[in-house]
Amino acid sequence: MSVSHTTAPAGTEQPRPPAQQRRNRGPAGDRIFTVVAQIILGIWSLLVILPLVWTVFSSFKSTKGILSSPFALPEEWNFDNFVRAWSQAGIGRFFGNTVLVVGCALILVMLLGAMCAYVLSRYTFPGRRIIYYALIAGLTFPLFLAVVPLFFIMESMHIRGTYFGLIMAYVGFALPFTVFFLYAFFRQLPEEIAEAAAIDGAGDFRTFFQVMLPMSGPGMASVTIFNFLGLWNQFLLPIVLNTDSDKFVLAQGLVNLQAQQGYRSDWAAMFASVTITILPVLIVYMIFQRQLSGGIGPSTNK
Amino acid sequence: MAAVPTAAPPAATPSARGMRRRLTPSRVLFFALFLGLPLVVYVVFVVSPFLQAFYYSMTDWRGLARAPQWIGLDNYVTLANDPIFRKALSNNLILMILLPTITITLSFALAVLVTVGGNSRGKISGIPGAAVFRIVSFFPYVIPAVVVGILFGFIYSPNGGLLNGGLNVLGLDVSIAWLGDRRLAMPAVMAAVIWSLVGFYMVLFVAAIKSIPSEIVEAARIDGAGRLRLAVRVILPMVRENVSTAAVYMGIMALDMFVYINVMTPSGGIGKSTEVVSRYLYETAFSESRFGLASAMGVVMALVTMLMAVIVLFGTRQKGDE
Repeated sequence: MSVSHTTAPAGTEQPRPPAQQRRNRGPAGDRIFTVVAQIILGIWSLLVILPLVWTVFSSFKSTKGILSSPFALPEEWNFDNFVRAWSQAGIGRFFGNTVLVVGCALILVMLLGAMCAYVLSRYTFPGRRIIYYALIAGLTFPLFLAVVPLFFIMESMHIRGTYFGLIMAYVGFALPFTVFFLYAFFRQLPEEIAEAAAIDGAGDFRTFFQVMLPMSGPGMASVTIFNFLGLWNQFLLPIVLNTDSDKFVLAQGLVNLQAQQGYRSDWAAMFASVTITILPVLIVYMIFQRQLSGGIGPSTNK
Repeated sequence: MAAVPTAAPPAATPSARGMRRRLTPSRVLFFALFLGLPLVVYVVFVVSPFLQAFYYSMTDWRGLARAPQWIGLDNYVTLANDPIFRKALSNNLILMILLPTITITLSFALAVLVTVGGNSRGKISGIPGAAVFRIVSFFPYVIPAVVVGILFGFIYSPNGGLLNGGLNVLGLDVSIAWLGDRRLAMPAVMAAVIWSLVGFYMVLFVAAIKSIPSEIVEAARIDGAGRLRLAVRVILPMVRENVSTAAVYMGIMALDMFVYINVMTPSGGIGKSTEVVSRYLYETAFSESRFGLASAMGVVMALVTMLMAVIVLFGTRQKGDE
């Protein structure tokens, strides 16, 4: 296609090789494209942010104000809704329960997961592979298949409806993910260091807690964040296992609140509850977003 | 068992990943704690319920009152003849096709815009403000699914909802009950799910695209590939693995959907238009106490999930052997 007079725009005197032509047209096309791209991304960002902003604004309004003029700014910034949500609707208690359950489960699963991943990745012993694959298989099984028998296992152990039971269920189901990622991480750590520690007389326990674990800081951090999000979002396990309304976690409490209130509800308090749930996580995300998008450094490093 | 008196010479075990040199009491304790403890938790709370579910699915189990009777495959026959279950399953299958397709297409397109949308010459570069777009897009992912459901319940509300309000501003005076309409409910739920997940996959794809060697992209450009060709013919094949992983994850989610459906259309919507298996299973088990039947539903879905994962992973691998 060297003689491409047909492809040349009408105004051009002499046909140029296509590549060169593109080069000349580049910047203008670039600018247009960049603008279009930014408009598309801008629309998407708006679609993302608008509902969130609307929620936060609505949580300061009265129920009547929300229903009559959904787009208006709040007339006055009153925190009554938040007070009502926090104490009367019980969001405060649910929040506390969630922090307790998720916090304990997170510490436990990170500890157990790291221990398990460490042994699997750095020691050879018969059955190592089988154990690893059995753990990974847990990632693909649908949770709702396990929920019915789990209900009765907890019942027969007399830990259904207790914080402990819920925490153990959280730990069990977060374990495959944790081991899967930490396994890869521990594998990358240089062998020499463990050997040096062993030669210096450190036992298995010391090598793990004082040498290997501190070295896996970044990996532990990102897995912790993902586990935190996963456990904070957990809904099916608590509604099956944790049926005592005093021990509800946030997700349960919110749904319960929504269901109870029915049609003519206290929208304002509901919005305040949602805001209370969203904001802490969003703030945590803003602080840790670098770790979350892990490996997505600024470098395009070829 | 053999008590090795001194540490083995370092040179003898250069790749001594296997540290089974000595089996001291301390090491036994180490293994018991480090491997045993997590495995006990895993077996008791994860593996055993899964295995029991397979067994219960072949019984008429209705709770602790009476010992379950073995009834073979009767539960599966019941399910095959249950119109609600069939509706739920077909809804799940539709979701399994549509949700991953739409979400991945959208997030891949946005990821391409963010990463290679910039200059068409020289280094590949994203458009200005790419970092901001990336961070903002990720927002919905950190919002719990329950809250996404509640939030969209508000947005879709026929009175005072954001969507109708927005349409009114645009001059369309409507008051549609988005979630209360047979035909609109499912697309409305899907839109909410897509809203909450696109950002996550976009970030995933951005990372994958950035790890493509820039020579390849530049070479394609010099050869005269336009942006669309570049995205579809050069970048997409390079991030194939990420796409298929994303498809499997999304597929697993589409075969679940419990949270979204349960929150947005409790009881499965008008005329069961948004019924999914997981919600129906929950109701069958914990409202009607038909645990055997519920377990059978779970088994069916587990098989469908595995089949989907195998097909996606296998299918994309074959295409790779060009």
